[in-house]
Amino acid sequence: MTQYVILEGVIAFFLVAGGAFTFIGSLGMAHLRDFYMRLHGPTKATTLGIGSMLIASMLYFWVVDGKPDIQEMLITLFLFITAPVSAHLLAKTGLHLQLRHADKTLGMPVELRKEEVGEKPVPHPDKGHG
Amino acid sequence: MLDTALWISLTLVVAALALNVYRMVVGPDMPDRLLALDTMYVNSIALIVLLGLWLNTKDYFEAALLIAMLGFISTVAVCKYILRGDIIE
Repeated sequence: MTQYVILEGVIAFFLVAGGAFTFIGSLGMAHLRDFYMRLHGPTKATTLGIGSMLIASMLYFWVVDGKPDIQEMLITLFLFITAPVSAHLLAKTGLHLQLRHADKTLGMPVELRKEEVGEKPVPHPDKGHG
Repeated sequence: MLDTALWISLTLVVAALALNVYRMVVGPDMPDRLLALDTMYVNSIALIVLLGLWLNTKDYFEAALLIAMLGFISTVAVCKYILRGDIIE
């Protein structure tokens, strides 16, 4: 009997932690000042939140049904693979549109060439059209 | 204990969805809205998982997997559209 109480506590902990991380991720996205800061919240905190929520669901149905299930594991795997890819593409989109950023946001878009930031055009290092 | 945890988690996820809607309405730029939409997909997966726990059924997890795939694909498609002006070159 005691083990069920402990398992219930663990499942409740994972549920509350997942909800808290999801909320923190969205709070960061709503509150931070520029796009490159806002990208941090959903890509890390929300992914961790949904991961722990799926762990809670997996543990619950394991305890109830008596056998482990693969579906939650599949969702977790898929989300953990795709979240960095979509974050990378969103960051590339932001750099491409040259969104304004706060002064404290450091770093330069390295993919921009010299003529794209208003300097003298340079020939491309590979092709060299000049 | 599990009921209380489920209520707390549901409240937090719904509050997170409200914040996503706020960011999607306010903007100010296109990638911000796209990021908010992507986060809304993930949060709706969380809602479906919580619904499965609430109703004590596993019927809805295929829908969660489908939403995960479609969310990723639509985010990538809109990103490519903004980057290139075209989806399939």
